[in-house]
Amino acid sequence: MDLVGRNKISQVLMICILSIFAVFALLPFYFLIVSAFKPGVEMIRHGITLNPYFEKFTLNQFKLLFNPKESNYFHWYRNSLLYTGVQTVLGLVLTSMVGYALGVYTRYKYRNIIFIMVLLVMMIPVEIMILPLYKEMVYLKLFDNIWGVVLPFAVFPSAVFFFRQYSLGLPLELMDSGRIDGLTEYGIFVRIMIPLMKPAFGAMAILISMNSWNAVVWPMVVLRNSKKLTIPIGLSTLITPYGNNYDLLMPGAVLAVVPIIILFMLNQKAFIEGLTSGSIKG
Amino acid sequence: MQKSSSPVLPGKFFRKYFNSPNVVPFILVLPFLISFVLFFIYPLFSIFQMSFQEIHGFSDVRYIGLANYKNLLNDRFFSAIRVTMTYTFWTIAILVPLPTVLAVFLNSKHVGAAFFKPVLFIPQLTSVIVAGIFYRFAFSDSPDALANTLVGIIGVEPVRWLKEATPTMFALVTLCVWRWLGVNIVYFLSALQTIPREMYEAAAIDGAGPLQRFWHITLPFLKPTIIYVTTISVYGGFAMFSESYALFGTARTPGEIGSTMVGYLYQQAFVEARMGFGAAAGVVLFLMVMIINLLQLKLFGAFRRGDY
Repeated sequence: MDLVGRNKISQVLMICILSIFAVFALLPFYFLIVSAFKPGVEMIRHGITLNPYFEKFTLNQFKLLFNPKESNYFHWYRNSLLYTGVQTVLGLVLTSMVGYALGVYTRYKYRNIIFIMVLLVMMIPVEIMILPLYKEMVYLKLFDNIWGVVLPFAVFPSAVFFFRQYSLGLPLELMDSGRIDGLTEYGIFVRIMIPLMKPAFGAMAILISMNSWNAVVWPMVVLRNSKKLTIPIGLSTLITPYGNNYDLLMPGAVLAVVPIIILFMLNQKAFIEGLTSGSIKG
Repeated sequence: MQKSSSPVLPGKFFRKYFNSPNVVPFILVLPFLISFVLFFIYPLFSIFQMSFQEIHGFSDVRYIGLANYKNLLNDRFFSAIRVTMTYTFWTIAILVPLPTVLAVFLNSKHVGAAFFKPVLFIPQLTSVIVAGIFYRFAFSDSPDALANTLVGIIGVEPVRWLKEATPTMFALVTLCVWRWLGVNIVYFLSALQTIPREMYEAAAIDGAGPLQRFWHITLPFLKPTIIYVTTISVYGGFAMFSESYALFGTARTPGEIGSTMVGYLYQQAFVEARMGFGAAAGVVLFLMVMIINLLQLKLFGAFRRGDY
């Protein structure tokens, strides 16, 4: 579509405007990386500056970061990997089951009412629920525990929604041929349908794992012990107004995001599709 | 499919029972039902109950009627509502039109969409906390800091960014726009790509100019996406807390300039240990979101364009 016209001037103008926003998008990463090599005291005094002041560069903060006596960063990293892994695997298993059932079993009596319940959960922001959920986790002895982080949002409603939409397009004839072959309904799901749902699993794996890796509000409420925190929460404990741990902040932030950006560059299409799959199609 | 052994179930009866057309879907949706009751219905009931209580630890709970709600009528809570509304307004005012225009640009030929689309998307990969670490120090008070250097170019005196109300709102909205612009562009771009080229060609033959084509063809096609993006922005705006937490490092911001409703809830419940009072703030927020949901449903029909 050539909305703005075919001529060169409008094309150059569009590229210029897009470039300004590209700089806006990327510049923070440049500054984060540059600042990671500067002592924290510089941050407190001057903030992030346009001039990189290369003469002040040091590797000290990175040494501090990986020294278990000085920081819990190593624990946070390991926890983030663990929580994200568990959340993703459990989430995929549970949400695909539910979404598949809602999409495929068109004669199931409670199909619509359950789907409306899924939409209802999607409509209420998590932030409203943190207080009663916190109380419940304390009561269930899941406070400050990986299962307390993972379980309340294991059946991630957006993923259920996505799997349901995806399942609506599955070839139902294959279910009948599976039945004729003597498969149970679960066998049909696992052996025939899951392989056909691979793209959906890929998109949801990215969506769930990114959500989990970057989650802030719930892990902040449900985790307490500094050795059990995730990277974002651990870093946020360093930003207190009274903190003097600013040395660790920038390198810690960079190391949290750089691996994700590398993964993104290797597979940008899948990432973009996964992370925007909440939207209506077409 | 090849021959396969069915899962082993004890006895014919069980196999028949668990494999019957009414039981199978029930078993498959069971995880959702359990999660719905445990982590949605019960907490929802619980937050209403707590909002009528004064809670000091788990054993010392007292019903105090509507006292928590009466106490909510205070300046700090009103300020939190104001900050939340202002933030929601500005994020929508920017994050709907701007990505629409940029998506239209990206949808034109030879502008390097394959390069710009992923680049603009990258900020979404960061945690709010990581983004907040950058913006906190970019918006530092120091005259050398990035934001002050940039406004200095156009001759503005150094600003105490995170200590005054309007600059704080500017910083919060900037952080949000930075993280979400690319995502919204992708939403609009995929909607634009569904518009048949012939419609533009036909319109051009009929003598419609670029703006007329945008108004009469592009916008109607984008309508569902505009509604969707606005809706998620309203939810995101009303639930905003982590952006403010990431910039200030506390739930309570100086002079309440960056404290939102969820921030107030968090501060009361978890910092000042007034759980009942925090719950009352949560109930108010819940009711506001439900009103928005109902308005949404009334104005635009279904929650999403998806069928059910």
